[in-house]
Amino acid sequence: MNDLAHALDRRQAVARLLTGRSPDLLVVTGLGSPTYDVMAAGDDDRNFYLWGAMGGAGMVGLGLARAQSRKSVLVVTGDAELTMGLGALATIAVQKPQNLTLAVLDNGRFGETGMQASHTGLGVELDKVAAAVGFAWTDAISDMAGVDRLRERATARSGAGLAVVKIKPENPPRVLPPRDGVHLKNRFRAALGFAPG
Amino acid sequence: MTNPRVDAPDWRSDVFRVLKRHDVRHVAYVPDAGHAAAIDMAVADPDVTSVALTTEEEGIGYLAGAWLGGERGALLMQSSGVGNCINMLALPAAGRFPLLMVVTLRGDWAEFNPWQNPMGQATEKALNLMGVLTWRADRAEDVEALLHGAASMAFNGDCACAVLLGQRLIGEKQWVKPNE
Repeated sequence: MNDLAHALDRRQAVARLLTGRSPDLLVVTGLGSPTYDVMAAGDDDRNFYLWGAMGGAGMVGLGLARAQSRKSVLVVTGDAELTMGLGALATIAVQKPQNLTLAVLDNGRFGETGMQASHTGLGVELDKVAAAVGFAWTDAISDMAGVDRLRERATARSGAGLAVVKIKPENPPRVLPPRDGVHLKNRFRAALGFAPG
Repeated sequence: MTNPRVDAPDWRSDVFRVLKRHDVRHVAYVPDAGHAAAIDMAVADPDVTSVALTTEEEGIGYLAGAWLGGERGALLMQSSGVGNCINMLALPAAGRFPLLMVVTLRGDWAEFNPWQNPMGQATEKALNLMGVLTWRADRAEDVEALLHGAASMAFNGDCACAVLLGQRLIGEKQWVKPNE
């Protein structure tokens, strides 16, 4: 779990994950680097970028998946963001959404704050936690073939899934999406055909 | 579910009726005895997604996600849960998401457990500090109107709104039984 020598480049992995994106795929990002990674892969009105609310990305994804049951929802977040709201894994599992996938970019670090060791860096395996609480499927990915597999599963509507994507502990240059939450909300809703509030 | 005061409104079922009237499709909750009727009605309603939470702040994210997907929801909790929500309330504030919370108060009146008092006494102020508008119901006949008002301002005005149900109101059910 600490062997990151063969881990993926986060930008390459996220770009590959979103390659050829289905118009029916909605994306929620956890604060910090996953938000920048998804932005770097190409901005999209169907992305909702979190700039705060640490620990909440999975639950935003669940609410969206429940309200938009005909779409697929992909949450792209970091290992520490997910760990802050670990109980949400249990909440998601018992809801049994068909259309929700969590992609956890795991560098074993608190990447934004000086690369301090995170819980996954000290041995916690989030895919096993997800399996234990009842996720329909889990995966631990450390190569691009695994990312391709994840991309297929994210729109397969095969139940709540969580994939840990092992990435190198690096901070690539930040690619910043808009920070205006009202703008992000309204453009996302508009992309689904809803009026601003 | 029988209300001991025959002339008083059944505020316990009023809560869910008002939520339905405002087209609430999602009810997220950490249970409290005061919310038991609304939770039971939500679970029994095929048009409502009921979501039991492990901690209350999960509901803030959940309802923001549901709103992104075009649907309305409400969050039911006890006052202790408000403390768990504080940082997550940045989400509705920054995105101006509608948020409707119904909070049963502890540490408010005739409380037997003093560990409830610190958060119970801080609940309304803490919500206000985080930008949540609050209304307090201490009488059964006020619950419907106050919740209707809060729901209107949440969903029509993109506000974070909370109705606090006082412990004296809840106490009518817990401590006075009609057949005693």
